[in-house]
Amino acid sequence: MNIEILIRIFLIVAPLSLVSFGGASSIYAPLQHQTVDIEHWVTAREFLDLFAISRVMPGPGSLFATLIGWQAAGLAGAIMASIAIYLPSSALVFAVGHVWSRYRGRRWHTALQNGLAPLGSGLLFAGVVTLARLASDGPLPIAIILAVAGLMMWKPRLHPVYFLIGGAAVCFLAHVAGL
Amino acid sequence: MEQPARVPLTSIYRVFFEIGVFSFGGGLVPWIYREVVEMKKWMSKEDFLPGIALSQVMPGVSSTNCAIYVGQMLRGAPGALTALIAMLTAPFICALGAAWAYKWLLGLTGFQETMIGVAAAAIGMLLRTGIEAARMTTKGVGPAIIIAITFVAVGVLRLPIVPVVAIIGPISVALAWRNAPESTPEPPAKPEADA
Repeated sequence: MNIEILIRIFLIVAPLSLVSFGGASSIYAPLQHQTVDIEHWVTAREFLDLFAISRVMPGPGSLFATLIGWQAAGLAGAIMASIAIYLPSSALVFAVGHVWSRYRGRRWHTALQNGLAPLGSGLLFAGVVTLARLASDGPLPIAIILAVAGLMMWKPRLHPVYFLIGGAAVCFLAHVAGL
Repeated sequence: MEQPARVPLTSIYRVFFEIGVFSFGGGLVPWIYREVVEMKKWMSKEDFLPGIALSQVMPGVSSTNCAIYVGQMLRGAPGALTALIAMLTAPFICALGAAWAYKWLLGLTGFQETMIGVAAAAIGMLLRTGIEAARMTTKGVGPAIIIAITFVAVGVLRLPIVPVVAIIGPISVALAWRNAPESTPEPPAKPEADA
Protein backbone atom coordinates (compact mmCIF):
# COMPACT_ATOMS: atom_id res chain seq x y z
CA MET A 1 0.00 0.00 0.00
CA ASN A 2 1.19 3.44 -0.91
CA ILE A 3 1.80 5.19 2.41
CA GLU A 4 2.36 8.51 0.70
CA ILE A 5 -1.19 8.76 -0.62
CA LEU A 6 -2.59 7.90 2.83
CA ILE A 7 -0.60 10.75 4.30
CA ARG A 8 -1.88 13.05 1.54
CA ILE A 9 -5.45 12.03 2.32
CA PHE A 10 -4.96 12.89 5.98
CA LEU A 11 -3.23 16.19 5.27
CA ILE A 12 -5.99 17.30 2.92
CA VAL A 13 -9.05 16.10 4.83
CA ALA A 14 -8.03 16.77 8.46
CA PRO A 15 -7.92 20.60 8.15
CA LEU A 16 -11.33 20.53 6.46
CA SER A 17 -12.69 18.65 9.48
CA LEU A 18 -12.00 21.72 11.63
CA VAL A 19 -14.06 23.99 9.39
CA SER A 20 -16.89 21.53 8.68
CA PHE A 21 -19.59 23.61 10.37
CA GLY A 22 -22.85 21.74 10.10
CA GLY A 23 -21.04 18.64 8.84
CA ALA A 24 -19.97 17.99 5.28
CA SER A 25 -22.26 20.67 3.83
CA SER A 26 -19.72 23.44 4.39
CA ILE A 27 -16.70 21.71 2.82
CA TYR A 28 -17.91 20.54 -0.60
CA ALA A 29 -16.18 23.41 -2.41
CA PRO A 30 -12.66 22.81 -1.01
CA LEU A 31 -13.10 19.03 -1.16
CA GLN A 32 -13.94 19.23 -4.84
CA HIS A 33 -11.03 21.56 -5.53
CA GLN A 34 -8.50 19.38 -3.70
CA THR A 35 -9.63 15.91 -4.76
CA VAL A 36 -10.72 16.61 -8.35
CA ASP A 37 -8.69 19.59 -9.60
CA ILE A 38 -5.44 19.12 -7.70
CA GLU A 39 -4.98 15.50 -6.63
CA HIS A 40 -7.06 13.85 -9.40
CA TRP A 41 -8.22 11.13 -7.01
CA VAL A 42 -11.69 11.23 -8.59
CA THR A 43 -13.11 12.71 -11.78
CA ALA A 44 -15.75 15.43 -11.63
CA ARG A 45 -18.33 12.81 -12.58
CA GLU A 46 -17.24 10.41 -9.83
CA PHE A 47 -17.27 13.25 -7.30
CA LEU A 48 -20.89 13.99 -8.17
CA ASP A 49 -21.88 10.30 -8.14
CA LEU A 50 -20.28 9.76 -4.74
CA PHE A 51 -21.93 12.91 -3.41
CA ALA A 52 -25.30 11.51 -4.51
CA ILE A 53 -24.51 8.13 -2.95
CA SER A 54 -23.44 9.75 0.33
CA ARG A 55 -26.77 11.55 0.48
CA VAL A 56 -28.81 8.40 -0.15
CA MET A 57 -26.82 6.28 2.31
CA PRO A 58 -27.78 6.09 5.97
CA GLY A 59 -25.40 7.96 8.21
CA PRO A 60 -23.90 11.42 8.27
CA GLY A 61 -23.03 13.10 4.97
CA SER A 62 -19.45 13.36 6.19
CA LEU A 63 -18.96 9.75 5.15
CA PHE A 64 -18.65 11.23 1.68
CA ALA A 65 -14.98 11.58 2.66
CA THR A 66 -14.89 7.82 3.21
CA LEU A 67 -16.11 7.23 -0.35
CA ILE A 68 -13.51 9.59 -1.78
CA GLY A 69 -10.83 7.87 0.32
CA TRP A 70 -11.88 4.52 -1.10
CA GLN A 71 -11.59 5.81 -4.67
CA ALA A 72 -8.16 7.25 -3.91
CA ALA A 73 -6.60 4.31 -2.08
CA GLY A 74 -9.03 1.45 -1.46
CA LEU A 75 -9.93 0.22 2.03
CA ALA A 76 -6.93 1.86 3.71
CA GLY A 77 -7.87 5.12 2.00
CA ALA A 78 -11.46 4.84 3.23
CA ILE A 79 -10.29 4.26 6.80
CA MET A 80 -7.77 7.09 6.64
CA ALA A 81 -10.30 9.54 5.20
CA SER A 82 -12.82 8.63 7.92
CA ILE A 83 -10.26 9.20 10.66
CA ALA A 84 -9.22 12.48 9.06
CA ILE A 85 -12.78 13.81 8.78
CA TYR A 86 -13.76 12.81 12.34
CA LEU A 87 -10.68 13.01 14.52
CA PRO A 88 -9.94 16.77 14.52
CA SER A 89 -13.52 18.02 15.02
CA SER A 90 -14.22 15.29 17.60
CA ALA A 91 -11.05 16.15 19.51
CA LEU A 92 -12.17 19.77 19.55
CA VAL A 93 -15.60 18.88 20.95
CA PHE A 94 -13.92 16.73 23.57
CA ALA A 95 -11.47 19.47 24.51
CA VAL A 96 -14.20 22.08 24.88
CA GLY A 97 -16.94 19.85 26.35
CA HIS A 98 -16.29 20.24 30.07
CA VAL A 99 -15.60 23.97 29.99
CA TRP A 100 -18.67 24.48 27.85
CA SER A 101 -21.01 22.65 30.18
CA ARG A 102 -19.55 24.27 33.30
CA TYR A 103 -20.19 27.79 32.03
CA ARG A 104 -23.58 27.15 30.49
CA GLY A 105 -25.82 29.85 29.11
CA ARG A 106 -23.06 32.43 28.93
CA ARG A 107 -22.87 35.34 26.55
CA TRP A 108 -20.04 33.73 24.60
CA HIS A 109 -22.19 30.67 23.88
CA THR A 110 -24.65 32.92 22.10
CA ALA A 111 -21.89 34.89 20.38
CA LEU A 112 -20.21 31.74 19.06
CA GLN A 113 -23.52 30.31 17.89
CA ASN A 114 -24.71 33.49 16.18
CA GLY A 115 -21.27 34.31 14.84
CA LEU A 116 -20.48 30.97 13.28
CA ALA A 117 -23.93 30.37 11.79
CA PRO A 118 -23.59 32.87 8.90
CA LEU A 119 -20.12 31.49 8.19
CA GLY A 120 -21.61 28.01 7.85
CA SER A 121 -24.34 29.33 5.53
CA GLY A 122 -21.80 31.07 3.29
CA LEU A 123 -19.73 27.91 3.05
CA LEU A 124 -22.84 25.87 2.31
CA PHE A 125 -23.78 28.15 -0.59
CA ALA A 126 -20.22 27.85 -1.91
CA GLY A 127 -20.70 24.07 -1.87
CA VAL A 128 -24.05 24.32 -3.63
CA VAL A 129 -22.55 26.36 -6.45
CA THR A 130 -19.56 24.03 -6.77
CA LEU A 131 -21.79 20.95 -6.96
CA ALA A 132 -24.27 22.63 -9.30
CA ARG A 133 -21.43 23.47 -11.67
CA LEU A 134 -20.45 19.79 -11.77
CA ALA A 135 -24.05 18.71 -12.35
CA SER A 136 -24.98 21.20 -15.03
CA ASP A 137 -24.23 19.42 -18.28
CA GLY A 138 -27.63 20.63 -19.45
CA PRO A 139 -30.61 22.63 -18.22
CA LEU A 140 -32.34 19.62 -16.64
CA PRO A 141 -30.18 19.23 -13.46
CA ILE A 142 -30.40 22.98 -12.78
CA ALA A 143 -34.16 22.81 -13.14
CA ILE A 144 -34.27 19.90 -10.68
CA ILE A 145 -32.08 21.71 -8.15
CA LEU A 146 -34.32 24.79 -8.19
CA ALA A 147 -37.54 22.77 -8.27
CA VAL A 148 -36.52 20.64 -5.27
CA ALA A 149 -35.37 23.66 -3.25
CA GLY A 150 -38.62 25.48 -4.05
CA LEU A 151 -40.87 22.49 -3.40
CA MET A 152 -39.22 21.76 -0.05
CA MET A 153 -39.76 25.32 1.09
CA TRP A 154 -43.35 25.17 -0.08
CA LYS A 155 -44.09 21.71 1.41
CA PRO A 156 -41.59 21.24 4.25
CA ARG A 157 -43.33 18.15 5.59
CA LEU A 158 -42.75 15.99 2.51
CA HIS A 159 -40.11 13.32 3.12
CA PRO A 160 -36.81 14.07 1.32
CA VAL A 161 -36.67 10.58 -0.17
CA TYR A 162 -39.50 11.51 -2.58
CA PHE A 163 -37.34 14.26 -4.02
CA LEU A 164 -34.38 11.94 -4.48
CA ILE A 165 -36.55 9.35 -6.22
CA GLY A 166 -38.26 12.06 -8.27
CA GLY A 167 -34.95 13.51 -9.44
CA ALA A 168 -33.68 10.05 -10.36
CA ALA A 169 -36.90 9.22 -12.24
CA VAL A 170 -36.89 12.46 -14.23
CA CYS A 171 -33.29 12.02 -15.34
CA PHE A 172 -33.72 8.34 -16.11
CA LEU A 173 -36.81 9.00 -18.25
CA ALA A 174 -35.04 11.87 -20.01
CA HIS A 175 -32.16 9.51 -20.75
CA VAL A 176 -34.49 6.79 -22.08
CA ALA A 177 -36.35 9.33 -24.19
CA GLY A 178 -33.01 10.43 -25.59
CA LEU A 179 -33.28 14.02 -24.42
CA MET B 1 -18.67 15.97 39.05
CA GLU B 2 -18.68 12.28 40.00
CA GLN B 3 -21.35 10.19 38.40
CA PRO B 4 -23.68 8.43 40.82
CA ALA B 5 -23.34 5.11 38.94
CA ARG B 6 -20.81 4.35 36.25
CA VAL B 7 -22.53 3.57 32.98
CA PRO B 8 -20.79 0.57 31.40
CA LEU B 9 -19.02 1.27 28.10
CA THR B 10 -20.86 -1.66 26.55
CA SER B 11 -24.19 0.03 27.31
CA ILE B 12 -22.94 3.28 25.77
CA TYR B 13 -21.86 1.34 22.73
CA ARG B 14 -25.21 -0.42 22.39
CA VAL B 15 -27.30 2.76 22.61
CA PHE B 16 -25.24 4.75 20.13
CA PHE B 17 -24.82 1.82 17.77
CA GLU B 18 -28.61 1.58 17.52
CA ILE B 19 -28.97 5.29 16.88
CA GLY B 20 -26.28 4.98 14.20
CA VAL B 21 -28.12 2.16 12.47
CA PHE B 22 -31.20 4.28 11.98
CA SER B 23 -29.35 7.49 11.21
CA PHE B 24 -31.09 8.30 7.98
CA GLY B 25 -31.73 11.93 7.20
CA GLY B 26 -30.72 13.53 10.49
CA GLY B 27 -32.81 14.61 13.46
CA LEU B 28 -30.65 12.45 15.69
CA VAL B 29 -29.91 14.85 18.53
CA PRO B 30 -33.52 14.70 19.82
CA TRP B 31 -33.28 10.94 19.61
CA ILE B 32 -30.08 10.88 21.66
CA TYR B 33 -31.85 13.11 24.20
CA ARG B 34 -34.77 10.71 24.42
CA GLU B 35 -32.55 7.67 24.92
CA VAL B 36 -30.00 9.17 27.28
CA VAL B 37 -32.17 11.48 29.39
CA GLU B 38 -35.68 10.08 29.26
CA MET B 39 -35.29 6.34 28.72
CA LYS B 40 -31.97 5.40 30.34
CA LYS B 41 -31.81 8.39 32.74
CA TRP B 42 -28.02 8.52 32.45
CA MET B 43 -28.00 12.31 32.51
CA SER B 44 -30.23 15.11 33.76
CA LYS B 45 -31.90 17.41 31.28
CA GLU B 46 -29.81 20.29 32.65
CA ASP B 47 -26.57 18.44 31.96
CA PHE B 48 -27.65 17.43 28.47
CA LEU B 49 -28.89 20.79 27.16
CA PRO B 50 -25.51 22.56 26.86
CA GLY B 51 -24.41 19.62 24.70
CA ILE B 52 -27.00 20.50 22.05
CA ALA B 53 -25.59 23.98 21.56
CA LEU B 54 -22.03 22.68 21.74
CA SER B 55 -22.60 20.03 19.09
CA GLN B 56 -24.13 22.58 16.74
CA VAL B 57 -21.50 25.25 17.25
CA MET B 58 -18.48 22.99 16.85
CA PRO B 59 -17.36 21.82 13.43
CA GLY B 60 -18.32 18.28 12.53
CA VAL B 61 -21.61 16.43 12.42
CA SER B 62 -23.95 17.58 15.20
CA SER B 63 -25.19 14.08 16.02
CA THR B 64 -21.70 12.59 16.44
CA ASN B 65 -20.59 15.70 18.32
CA CYS B 66 -23.52 15.19 20.66
CA ALA B 67 -22.56 11.53 21.10
CA ILE B 68 -19.02 12.59 22.04
CA TYR B 69 -20.37 15.09 24.58
CA VAL B 70 -22.62 12.51 26.21
CA GLY B 71 -19.88 9.86 26.22
CA GLN B 72 -17.47 12.32 27.79
CA MET B 73 -19.91 13.38 30.50
CA LEU B 74 -20.64 9.75 31.36
CA ARG B 75 -17.21 8.14 31.20
CA GLY B 76 -14.59 10.67 30.11
CA ALA B 77 -12.30 9.91 27.18
CA PRO B 78 -13.14 6.20 26.89
CA GLY B 79 -16.84 7.05 26.93
CA ALA B 80 -16.46 9.71 24.23
CA LEU B 81 -14.47 7.37 21.99
CA THR B 82 -16.93 4.52 22.54
CA ALA B 83 -19.92 6.71 21.68
CA LEU B 84 -18.25 8.07 18.53
CA ILE B 85 -17.19 4.66 17.23
CA ALA B 86 -20.57 3.14 18.11
CA MET B 87 -22.39 5.89 16.26
CA LEU B 88 -20.28 5.37 13.13
CA THR B 89 -20.04 1.58 13.03
CA ALA B 90 -23.13 0.89 10.93
CA PRO B 91 -22.86 3.95 8.63
CA PHE B 92 -19.17 3.19 8.00
CA ILE B 93 -19.93 -0.38 6.96
CA CYS B 94 -22.70 0.99 4.71
CA ALA B 95 -20.23 3.43 3.17
CA LEU B 96 -17.75 0.62 2.47
CA GLY B 97 -20.53 -1.38 0.84
CA ALA B 98 -21.56 1.60 -1.27
CA ALA B 99 -17.97 2.34 -2.29
CA TRP B 100 -17.51 -1.29 -3.28
CA ALA B 101 -20.79 -1.40 -5.17
CA TYR B 102 -20.06 1.84 -7.02
CA LYS B 103 -17.64 0.30 -9.52
CA TRP B 104 -20.19 -2.40 -10.26
CA LEU B 105 -23.07 0.05 -10.56
CA LEU B 106 -21.14 2.09 -13.12
CA GLY B 107 -21.56 -0.83 -15.54
CA LEU B 108 -25.36 -0.50 -15.49
CA THR B 109 -26.82 1.36 -18.43
CA GLY B 110 -28.33 4.65 -17.44
CA PHE B 111 -26.74 4.60 -13.95
CA GLN B 112 -24.79 7.83 -14.32
CA GLU B 113 -27.70 9.55 -16.07
CA THR B 114 -29.96 8.56 -13.18
CA MET B 115 -27.43 9.49 -10.49
CA ILE B 116 -27.21 13.01 -11.83
CA GLY B 117 -30.91 13.33 -10.99
CA VAL B 118 -30.27 12.10 -7.44
CA ALA B 119 -27.34 14.48 -7.12
CA ALA B 120 -29.39 17.40 -8.43
CA ALA B 121 -32.20 16.65 -5.97
CA ALA B 122 -29.66 16.41 -3.13
CA ILE B 123 -28.12 19.73 -4.19
CA GLY B 124 -31.62 21.25 -4.16
CA MET B 125 -32.12 19.96 -0.61
CA LEU B 126 -28.79 21.46 0.40
CA LEU B 127 -29.79 24.79 -1.14
CA ARG B 128 -33.04 24.78 0.78
CA THR B 129 -31.20 24.01 4.04
CA GLY B 130 -28.90 26.95 3.35
CA ILE B 131 -31.76 29.33 2.61
CA GLU B 132 -33.64 28.30 5.77
CA ALA B 133 -30.51 28.62 7.91
CA ALA B 134 -29.67 31.99 6.41
CA ARG B 135 -33.22 33.24 7.01
CA MET B 136 -33.08 32.15 10.64
CA THR B 137 -29.67 33.62 11.41
CA THR B 138 -29.68 36.87 9.50
CA LYS B 139 -31.34 39.41 11.71
CA GLY B 140 -29.64 42.48 10.39
CA VAL B 141 -27.06 43.41 7.80
CA GLY B 142 -23.95 42.06 9.53
CA PRO B 143 -24.66 38.33 9.18
CA ALA B 144 -25.84 38.82 5.58
CA ILE B 145 -22.53 40.45 4.70
CA ILE B 146 -20.63 37.62 6.43
CA ILE B 147 -22.58 35.05 4.36
CA ALA B 148 -21.85 36.94 1.14
CA ILE B 149 -18.14 37.43 1.82
CA THR B 150 -17.67 33.79 2.85
CA PHE B 151 -19.55 32.57 -0.20
CA VAL B 152 -17.54 34.72 -2.63
CA ALA B 153 -14.19 33.90 -0.98
CA VAL B 154 -14.65 30.12 -0.99
CA GLY B 155 -17.20 29.50 -3.75
CA VAL B 156 -16.19 32.05 -6.38
CA LEU B 157 -12.59 33.09 -5.72
CA ARG B 158 -11.78 29.58 -4.43
CA LEU B 159 -9.57 30.89 -1.67
CA PRO B 160 -8.33 28.24 0.79
CA ILE B 161 -11.05 27.64 3.35
CA VAL B 162 -8.97 27.44 6.54
CA PRO B 163 -7.48 30.96 6.34
CA VAL B 164 -10.86 32.33 5.23
CA VAL B 165 -12.55 30.86 8.30
CA ALA B 166 -9.65 31.90 10.53
CA ILE B 167 -10.10 35.53 9.45
CA ILE B 168 -13.87 35.86 8.99
CA GLY B 169 -14.78 33.62 11.95
CA PRO B 170 -13.41 35.84 14.74
CA ILE B 171 -14.83 38.97 13.08
CA SER B 172 -18.26 37.39 12.84
CA VAL B 173 -18.16 36.13 16.43
CA ALA B 174 -17.04 39.56 17.63
CA LEU B 175 -19.97 41.17 15.82
CA ALA B 176 -22.32 38.64 17.39
CA TRP B 177 -20.77 39.27 20.81
CA ARG B 178 -21.73 42.94 20.63
CA ASN B 179 -25.34 42.00 19.96
CA ALA B 180 -25.51 39.10 22.41
CA PRO B 181 -27.40 39.69 25.66
CA GLU B 182 -25.53 39.77 28.95
CA SER B 183 -24.77 36.40 30.51
CA THR B 184 -27.66 34.60 32.10
CA PRO B 185 -27.06 31.80 34.60
CA GLU B 186 -29.27 29.29 32.73
CA PRO B 187 -30.38 29.13 29.10
CA PRO B 188 -34.06 30.04 28.74
CA ALA B 189 -36.36 27.06 28.51
CA LYS B 190 -37.76 28.34 25.22
CA PRO B 191 -35.06 29.51 22.79
CA GLU B 192 -37.61 31.44 20.74
CA ALA B 193 -38.58 33.59 23.73
CA ASP B 194 -36.98 36.73 22.28
CA ALA B 195 -38.08 36.13 18.68
